[in-house]
Amino acid sequence: MQAPIRVLIAKVGLDGHDRGVKVVARILRDAGMDVIYTGLHRSSEDVVNAAIQEDVDVIGVSMLSGAHMTHFPRILNLLKEKDATDIIVIGGGVIPDADAVALKSMGIADLFLQDTPPDTIVNSVRALVEARGQR
Amino acid sequence: MIPSLELIPGVLAGRQRDVARLITRAEAGDHECRPAMTELYRHTGKAHIIGITGVPGSGKSTLVKSLTIAARHAGRRIGIVAIDPSSPFSGGAIMGDRIRMNELSGDPNVFIRSMATRGSLGGLCRAALDAVDVLDAAGYELVIIETVGVGQDEVEVVRASHSTLVVSAPGLGDDIQAIKAGILEIADIHVVSKCDKPDAQRTIADLKTMLMLDMPRDPNWMPPVVGTSGETGKGIDELLKTIQTHHDYLHSSGRIQDRLRMIAESRILKTAEELVRQRFVRHRADSFTDQVTQRQLSPYQAAQRLLGE
Ligand code: B12
Ligand SMILES: Nc1nc2c(ncn2[C@@H]2O[C@H](COP(=O)(O)OP(=O)(O)O)[C@@H](O)[C@H]2O)c(=O)[nH]1
Ligand SMILES: [Mg+2]
Repeated sequence: MQAPIRVLIAKVGLDGHDRGVKVVARILRDAGMDVIYTGLHRSSEDVVNAAIQEDVDVIGVSMLSGAHMTHFPRILNLLKEKDATDIIVIGGGVIPDADAVALKSMGIADLFLQDTPPDTIVNSVRALVEARGQR
Repeated sequence: MIPSLELIPGVLAGRQRDVARLITRAEAGDHECRPAMTELYRHTGKAHIIGITGVPGSGKSTLVKSLTIAARHAGRRIGIVAIDPSSPFSGGAIMGDRIRMNELSGDPNVFIRSMATRGSLGGLCRAALDAVDVLDAAGYELVIIETVGVGQDEVEVVRASHSTLVVSAPGLGDDIQAIKAGILEIADIHVVSKCDKPDAQRTIADLKTMLMLDMPRDPNWMPPVVGTSGETGKGIDELLKTIQTHHDYLHSSGRIQDRLRMIAESRILKTAEELVRQRFVRHRADSFTDQVTQRQLSPYQAAQRLLGE
């Protein structure tokens, strides 16, 4: 039996825009994935702790507040500290192109900006998990 | 891939990554994991298992959070399995119980795991009970199961827990329904949540009246009614004490043995059901389905063959 892909969907910091994150949660659920949503205003530490207990394949962070250059690197560092770099980190929201390039070079696996079609997100998550392989 | 058996030492030492990984493996139900779960089972049986049920929105997740904070003050380690429904269409799930439990984040002595029902008829899946085993073996002294709170799983949670808490909330209008669903009989402890609300006293009074009319599940244990509030913290310490009193009662009266047998029976049945289901998936290519469709075999005959009878 194929176990469903597990994804933790998170909002970090003061960012209160949660429409997108709820849309993404539903898209992934409708693709058969187990989605854990942790709610608004979490810290990067909260997100990484939850991801480890939930043993998720993917952390997906939605950032529309402009604080992406702070939170994404912090999450990547915490995962390194906790020896959990097998967890894939992706993101979406409002992120300028130059920042997106920088974030990807730091280790964010993929970023999805406004009006990304559902299939693009689903296919990318599946491909990333497949490429990582069993763990 | 690290073999599941090699995760056991880490689980017994309470290493969160190993605990989390073994739960994932157990949930998937692969062959590979079975020897590990068998080895693990020898290390279980220490935790007090608390089942919490009540309709969606009654305040279960909030209660789990408050109760856990109080139990942490008392120095106990707490494991939580929070269950949410899978979508019958896609098989996926959105699990949001953690939203209410964020205060517990970062405490190494609290472990929260979200789990989907995955089409399990009763709501409480075999995997949830395996997760309880993993948390028990990892040294969590209280293991709390938060159920979905619909359908059959009120009854199922009784067959999984040492102490069952039924949560009612004022203003949900579920007091009358509670009788219909037979939920009164299953509670070892009744919790009326949201007691910061004005109509809570009436819900408590209504519940107490109904309980007087009802035969308790155990004539020597009258299920107490405890009012709590996640907002003000009211009643939480009392509830924790009441849970301890129930635990002590089960042990001093010997009733714990009945519970343990009931849990064991239910575990065997659930696991057997899943093995049958897995076998069905493997056999689906076989002609059983066609033959039943074409009336060459009855469903009964096909089932017997599936079981190798
Ligand atoms: C609706 C909206 C609001 C609503 C939010 C309602 C809510 N509950 O979500 C309200 C009115 C409350 C609001 C308030 C504010 N907003 Co506003 N808001 C918007 C707006 C117009 C649309 C956002 C939206 O909901 N889009 C629809 C969803 C479905 O799209 P999405 O979130 O982009 O998600 C898609 C993709 O990005 C991707 N995705 C997103 N997250 C993730 C995560 C993962 C894991 C994946 C895989 C994919 C993914 O998938 C989705 C589907 O394609 C944007 C403008 C814009 N063009 O984005 C401004 C915008 C985000 N807001 C902005 C601002 C400044 C604010 C305020 C500070 C304004 C103020 N001064 O009060 C406040 C802050 C509120 C707060 N506490 O954070 C700015 C942010 C500027 C920045 N980043 O530098 C924006 C960009 C407007 C602008 N151009 O200035 N806002
Ligand atoms: N006023 C008040 N609201 C509460 C209390 N506990 C929970 N709630 C609210 O009730 C709703 C459902 O709570 P939740 O814990 O998620 O319920 P569950 O679905 O049974 O797990 C949320 O909006 C909570 O904020 C409480 O003690 N007092
Ligand atoms: Mg809940």
